[in-house]
Amino acid sequence: MTVVPLSWYLTLGAVLFTIGVLGVLVRRNVIVVFMSIELMLNAVNLVFVALSRHLHTMDGQVTVFFVMTVAAAEAAVGLAIIIAVFRNRETVNVDELTVLRW
Amino acid sequence: MSPALFLVLAACLIVGALGVVLLSSPVRSALSLVVTLFFMAVVFLLLDAQLVAALQVVVYAGAIMVLFLFVIMLLNLQADPPAMARLGVRVTAAFGASLFLLAVVRFLTRGGGTMTDPRGMATPLPEGFGSTQGLAELLFTRFLFAFEITSILLVVAIIGAVVLAKKKLT
Amino acid sequence: MWIDVLIAVIKSLLVIVLALNLAGLLGWVERKGSALIQDRIGANRANIFGFAGAGLVNTLMADPLKFIAKEDVIPAGVDRVLHTLAPCVTLFPALVAFAAIPFGDVLEVGGRVITLQAVPLSVGILYVLAMLSLGVYGVVLAGWASNNRFSLLGGIRGSAQMISYELAMGLALVAAVVSYGTLDLQEMVRAQGRLLGGWLPAWGILYQPVGFLIFLWAGMAESKRVPFDLPEGESELISGYFTEYSGIKYLMFFMTDFVEIGVVAGLITTLFFGGWQVPYLMRDGFHFPGGTMVALPQLVVVLLQMASYTVKLALFCWLQVLIRWSMPRYRYDQVMRLGWKGLLPIGLLNVLVTGAVVLALQG
Repeated sequence: MTVVPLSWYLTLGAVLFTIGVLGVLVRRNVIVVFMSIELMLNAVNLVFVALSRHLHTMDGQVTVFFVMTVAAAEAAVGLAIIIAVFRNRETVNVDELTVLRW
Repeated sequence: MSPALFLVLAACLIVGALGVVLLSSPVRSALSLVVTLFFMAVVFLLLDAQLVAALQVVVYAGAIMVLFLFVIMLLNLQADPPAMARLGVRVTAAFGASLFLLAVVRFLTRGGGTMTDPRGMATPLPEGFGSTQGLAELLFTRFLFAFEITSILLVVAIIGAVVLAKKKLT
Repeated sequence: MWIDVLIAVIKSLLVIVLALNLAGLLGWVERKGSALIQDRIGANRANIFGFAGAGLVNTLMADPLKFIAKEDVIPAGVDRVLHTLAPCVTLFPALVAFAAIPFGDVLEVGGRVITLQAVPLSVGILYVLAMLSLGVYGVVLAGWASNNRFSLLGGIRGSAQMISYELAMGLALVAAVVSYGTLDLQEMVRAQGRLLGGWLPAWGILYQPVGFLIFLWAGMAESKRVPFDLPEGESELISGYFTEYSGIKYLMFFMTDFVEIGVVAGLITTLFFGGWQVPYLMRDGFHFPGGTMVALPQLVVVLLQMASYTVKLALFCWLQVLIRWSMPRYRYDQVMRLGWKGLLPIGLLNVLVTGAVVLALQG
């Protein structure tokens, strides 16, 4: 039983990251854009854990721990902002949320 | 893990990620992301990161995504058209993203340096790798400052979220 | 290698059969128990050629058959995939949470040491916590996918209640982890086999009395049992988040209620009441404190341990049924206040005191 080389994990992480970037660029619903950002963060987590396994050090896993915490904080605040914006503008379409006033 | 298992998991992950980006209903998008996060936790388990895998399910799939679903439910979002940008934007984005992917993959798999590290994937791991004790030791010694700063960050985020989402008392 | 797979499959089958049968029997216990408490007879009409079995035929055969035979109504204007997915997503984590709970010590067969736990996990407690937090999805989806204001309200109330009490449960578990020093459930049960002062079994309740109460209360709130069943709120929200469900899907939501009673009871026995430990029973027989020893064959020891676990599990399921039929329902703001302003500070204080005591005893 051969072992999966590191480059496969890194490629998978890159592919997931690119799908997340596509989501941010193409989708018009701001919540789905947020979810694509979470997808990008997860791709980065995968790269960290794979490298941690490759280099036999747990620093990568500690970094993933912090990335998850920061992602939770960011999701909470971001969704609160979306709720506040929705209350004022009645829309979550990115194309219509283009000016900072009114 | 064996290459066959990795390919199966990779396929599931990619299908889940495409589901997030391509499904038009936000609720289905969120559920697709939950499935993707689950498969990611499985990959973490197979990479000898047990605590990180458990945290992925508890924190990401169990809390953050519930928050997303809550907001989608509260705002009563349907699949409002248009779900995606117009054709020109889509084509440009796809083109740019593929260029980006090609460049990144080329860079990551070029070999040399970290890739040929003598420790590597095939060699056995030290005892207690990926366990809670190992992670906790690192967290409370070398990364102590980051740990404390993160707790302050969480308090700030809680206060910020509550203040932003409260109804104004007019 | 195939033997290992076979052993794992047998253990998993054992646990899942236990969980499913528990759910069925708890339905009967609930009906007959409530009848006992309320001084009435309860269901006793359905019978097979005159054998009614004190309501067993009714609850275990007639009721499920009735549910299965009913028409499956999906309301108009709902997302059909989500509507059908919600009961499955609710039932699955509740059943799977049983996998990490140990039901015996070890069985030595033919040179192999088989630990009697469906999945031996080093992060057992985190796994159970993860499965319990996944239970929120079913409620959220059921409320959302029903195209019904009452269901949505019940779903939002239910999920808000569940995530609030997850915190209190997590803190009770953290205190237990601090006092045992491990996340592995099997190790925790083994640690409760010690004797304090030579005669008192070191069960968790002696170390964590406050933790036990917090966990019991938060566990009942998590599974949305009365007195916390406002998300189901029969007199207010019709049937809450599962109003629009009929037939087998409704049965699945009901089963989740009973399976979660079993999970909370299983966790309480494992963490606070010694799990499969029988006082003074070691792997080779009884070691009484006076010095007398009764040697027993290994199979008898294993069966005694499994029986002990089952008896304790049944006792705590009965305790939850008793609490249900003795208390009125909490109002929703009372539920939230209890969770955030009551159990959470007490839980934090419990963790602090536990940590201080452990540090003082070690250093």
